Amino acid sequence: MSSATPSTHLPACDAGAPAELLAVHDLRLQFRSMRGLVKALDGVDLTLHDGEILGLVGESGCGKTITGLAILGLLQRPQAEITAGAIMYRGDDLLTKSDAQMQKLRGRDISMVFQDPLASLNPVFAVGKQIEDVIRLHTRGSRREAREATYRALASVGLPADKDTFKRYPHQFSGGMRQRVCMAMALACGSPLLIADEPTTALDVTIQAQILNLLLKLRGELGVAQILITHNVGVAAQTCDRIAVMYAGSVVEEGPVGDVLNRPHHPYTIALYECLPHGRTATDLQTIPGTVPDLIDPPAGCRFHPRCTRVMERCSTEKPQPVSVAERHSVSCFWAAEKAGIQIDARRAPQADEGASHEDGASA
Amino acid sequence: MTLLQVDGLSVHFRIRRGLLKGSDDVVHAVDDVSFTLEPGETLALVGESGCGKSTVARAVLQLVRPTSGSVSFMGRDVAGMKGGARRRMLRDAQVVFQDPYSSLNPRMTVHSLVSEPLRANTKLGAQELEDRVLSLLEMVGLGTQHLWRRPHEFSGGQCQRIAIARALALDPKLVVLDEPTSALDVSVQARILVLLDELQRRLGLAYLFIAHDLAVVQSMAKSIAVMYLGQVAEQGPAAEVFSEPRHPYTVALLNSSPSPDPEARATMRVLEGDVPSAVRPPAGCRFHPRCPFRMPICEREYPAPHGVGSRMVACHLPDDFDLTQLGSARAGEVADVAH
Repeated sequence: MSSATPSTHLPACDAGAPAELLAVHDLRLQFRSMRGLVKALDGVDLTLHDGEILGLVGESGCGKTITGLAILGLLQRPQAEITAGAIMYRGDDLLTKSDAQMQKLRGRDISMVFQDPLASLNPVFAVGKQIEDVIRLHTRGSRREAREATYRALASVGLPADKDTFKRYPHQFSGGMRQRVCMAMALACGSPLLIADEPTTALDVTIQAQILNLLLKLRGELGVAQILITHNVGVAAQTCDRIAVMYAGSVVEEGPVGDVLNRPHHPYTIALYECLPHGRTATDLQTIPGTVPDLIDPPAGCRFHPRCTRVMERCSTEKPQPVSVAERHSVSCFWAAEKAGIQIDARRAPQADEGASHEDGASA
Repeated sequence: MTLLQVDGLSVHFRIRRGLLKGSDDVVHAVDDVSFTLEPGETLALVGESGCGKSTVARAVLQLVRPTSGSVSFMGRDVAGMKGGARRRMLRDAQVVFQDPYSSLNPRMTVHSLVSEPLRANTKLGAQELEDRVLSLLEMVGLGTQHLWRRPHEFSGGQCQRIAIARALALDPKLVVLDEPTSALDVSVQARILVLLDELQRRLGLAYLFIAHDLAVVQSMAKSIAVMYLGQVAEQGPAAEVFSEPRHPYTVALLNSSPSPDPEARATMRVLEGDVPSAVRPPAGCRFHPRCPFRMPICEREYPAPHGVGSRMVACHLPDDFDLTQLGSARAGEVADVAH
C-alpha cells in the first residue's frame, strides 16, 4: 500500500503497476436451506490491486454481498459452504486460515462497512469508545495512544476530531455522519482494503455524493483499496476504477469501468445498461425479458442464457470460462468471445488451482 | 379542465415535546406549495427525504388535512366534499405506494385484491366482475395463472403490477405514484416504467409521480417540481429544468446524482452539510445554509416564487445568474482526488 499511485479508470500499461492485493478465483458457495441447496455463488473471479476501487455491481440476489462476506470469512458455517475456489490476499489463501487468524485480520487488513450504519453501531456506547475499542483490540499501545488514533480516524473521515464528537451516541448523528463513523471505525487500524456494502443506499443523493467523495479521498490520501458493492451503476461509474458485473452468482464481466460500461461485451451488461432510465424516455427504455432464476435450481450452462437475446446452442449446456477481451478486461460469454474472435472453453469442474491463467490472454 | 389544482398548500404537524403540554413543536412538512396537473399528463415531485413530497400526495388524496391552502380536483375543492362527492373523488384519484409487500394484504389472493375495489364501489355482476379482473390483470402483464396466488408468491415487480391493477380497477383519472420503482432492481424498474407509460397513453391517466431518482423522473414526467424542506424550489417543464436549472438546489441535485457514464465523472459536485430539521426550518430561504451562492438577503427573506419563462423559481439570485460558475471550480477538486 506504500505510495499507492492509483491508476486512473483507464488502466496504465506500464510495468510499474501496483501489486495485486486481493484475487478471488472461481469461488463457489452454497447454502443449505429448507428447500434445498442454494447455489449462491458459481464462479466468482475478481482481482484488486493496491489502491484500486473495484465496483461489484448487480441486482438483488446476484451474490454481491455474499462475495464480500466470504472474503471476510463472515459467513455462518455449516449453513454456508464454500465448495471451491480461492481467496488470495497478498498471496495467502484466506480460505485456509483459522477462525482466530481471520479474527485478527478483520479490522486490521480487511474491513467492511454496511448499508445501514445505525444497525452496525452499538446504540448504547459513545461512537468514540466504539472506535477506540477496535484500535485497542488490534494494537498494543496505551489507552492514550488509542485515544489519539481515534481522533485521527475521526479526522480522516471528515468528522470534527474533538471530545464532543467522541462522546456522542449514534442516534445523535445524521445518516451521512453515521456512515462516516462506520468508516472511521473500519479504517482506524489502517486497513489497506475496505469492503463497502451499499454504503450510500440508505442516504439521500446529496449526502451520497459526499460519502462517495470521501471514498475517493480515502483512496487518494490513505491509498485504501476498496470493493464497492452497489446495485447503482451510476455510483460505480462515478467512483470505481474497475467494475465487476455479477449475475446469479457469477461475475459475467470484469474490467476498467470505462471499458465495461461504455464498451460492454457481455449481453447482460449491455442489457443492464440499457435498462437505466438516464437520458431515455420511458418509450425507449429497454427491458430484460424473464426473471432472475431461482438459485436452488439454476439454469444449466450459462445462468443468463434463458434471458439472453444472443443465446447460442452451447450456452444451455456449457458454462463459459472468463476470457480476456482487452487489458485486464474479461468476459464469461460464448457469444462475446466469438464476436471478439477469441477461442473459448467451457469452465472446467471446480478446481481450486484454476488460477490467473485467464489474466493475460488473447489480447496480448 | 384542469384535473388537479393545488394552491398555497401547507401541512403542519404538531409534535409533543416532553410529557407536559405547552411546548409543542410544529413540523413544517409542506409550506405554500402550488401546482396544477392537466388530464393525461405527468407531474413529478422530486426531492430528498423529508422534503414533503409524500405529504403533498397525501393531502391530495385527503389522507391528511391541509393546515391551509386548497386542493381542487376537477374544479371542485376537495376540502368541502362530503358523502357521494367525496367517494367519487376518491375513486377518481388512486395511489400506488413504494413497497408493494406492505401495501398488499398478504392474506388476500390476487383475485380478491384486484376485485375488492370493484366489489366495494360498483354493482358488477359475478361474470362482469371476473371479466374485469382478468382484463385488469392482462393490462398489467399478468394472467389467469396468477389469480389465486398471494403476494408472497410474487417478486417485487409482479407485486407492483398487482398494486397497479388494483389502482386502475375503478378507471381513475389521476394516479398518485409514490416512489413506485424505488424498491425495485433496475431491470424490473425499467419494465414497470414502460408499463406505466403504456397505461398512461392507453387510458389517458394523469400521474402525480413522486420520486427521488432524477433519472426516473426525467424519463417519465413532462413537468417537474423540485422540493426542498417543504417548499418548491423550482418548477416547470422537465426538459428545461434538467437542461438549464435555475435554482442552486436543482443544480446541486443534478450534480449529485451519479451518471452511469464513467466519462461524465468530472461533473460530480458535492453539496455540503445536511438537510436541516423541518421543526425549525432556517429563516429566509430554507436552502441558504447549504447554498454556495447565498447572499445576505437569503438569510432574512423568503424568496417568493416568480416566473422565469415557463418556470417558477423561488430564489433571490438574478434570473440571468450563471449557476455553473462555482460548479466547475468544485468539479476540479473532485477530479483531483479521483486521479
